Amino acid sequence: MKDWPDAIYRTLKAAGVRQVGYVPDAGHKRLIELCLADKEMRAVVLSTEEEGIGLTAGAWLGGARGALLMQSSGVGNCINHLGTVRECRFPLLMLVTMRGQKGEFNPWQVPMGQATPAVFEAMGVVVHEANSAEEIAPTVDAAARLAFGSYQAVAVLISQAVIGIKSFQDQSSR
Amino acid sequence: MKTTMHRRRVVEMLLEDRKGLLVVAGLGSTAWDITAAGDTALNFPLWGGMGNAAMIGLGLALAQPKRRVLVLTGDGEMLMGMGSLATIGVQKPRNLAVVVIDNERYGETGMQRTHTAAGVDLAKVALACGFRAARQVRGLGQVASLRKAIHASAGPLFAQVKVIAEKIPLVLPPRDGGLLKARFRKALLGAQADLD
Repeated sequence: MKDWPDAIYRTLKAAGVRQVGYVPDAGHKRLIELCLADKEMRAVVLSTEEEGIGLTAGAWLGGARGALLMQSSGVGNCINHLGTVRECRFPLLMLVTMRGQKGEFNPWQVPMGQATPAVFEAMGVVVHEANSAEEIAPTVDAAARLAFGSYQAVAVLISQAVIGIKSFQDQSSR
Repeated sequence: MKTTMHRRRVVEMLLEDRKGLLVVAGLGSTAWDITAAGDTALNFPLWGGMGNAAMIGLGLALAQPKRRVLVLTGDGEMLMGMGSLATIGVQKPRNLAVVVIDNERYGETGMQRTHTAAGVDLAKVALACGFRAARQVRGLGQVASLRKAIHASAGPLFAQVKVIAEKIPLVLPPRDGGLLKARFRKALLGAQADLD
């Protein structure tokens, strides 16, 4: 199942997501392109991931639903602002493509990748893991319901095994 | 830096007859300033999350394109989120203004000098990032015209208002984040806010 990014896109549309903040990641390339091409969505390129926490909080204040796309290395950048989300009970939907997991070729990615679930959980974020392509869209759907229906901060961690980048050469050629 | 302006007077003038203006205030003195001008449900004063006030303003402005959104924040808070000026410059929301009340100090932590005290020009940064207009404000006459621009000019608009570094009494807004969020949404969106 190679079209899992398309399935995520359809899920975000069905969930009524109108603002999508992102710091690019090779794993999110296709999804970002779909969001940028959608006239009903506002895809917002961020200079750093924590900006997306502010963006989606502001969207919710204004009555709109947002989502945040990032790589696991960006999770650490968000920590203090996850405190704001928790204190205010802002709904937050984050889709995180994982690095530093199975078969990682860049040692600098490993510490943050391995710490990602613990960091999220320490800040009160509910973590859903998606370990195969087939389960990604249903997991995103469940996460969106939990986020917007129950005002929770939820992160879907998309396994590196699904993204399947094997080397620097592989990454840059995508 | 020469200025004779007091921050509370500047903010009071900017928020005079504010109509439906939606206001986000950054952590610290600007949150107290907007409260001194009159606490209202359409104020969202931040008690944390330093560096993200402008981005909350962007999300709000994109969600509410027919309303005017004002982010009021301090120089220290803006410096922490300087990348957000680039992000706003890309999106170019016409209804967003970011106004930095610049006393060139970290006012809540002992009045240490910030980068703007050494000459960092945030208005030039904003202009370089793609804001439609950016200005430095040094006199109360310019504050009156800034207020008009916040309500009427095509944004994104940026202003860096130089004020005296002074220790003044705190005027604190409610600090329960859930309450601040809920009252803002209810005032803006009506009863539907609690049902979405």
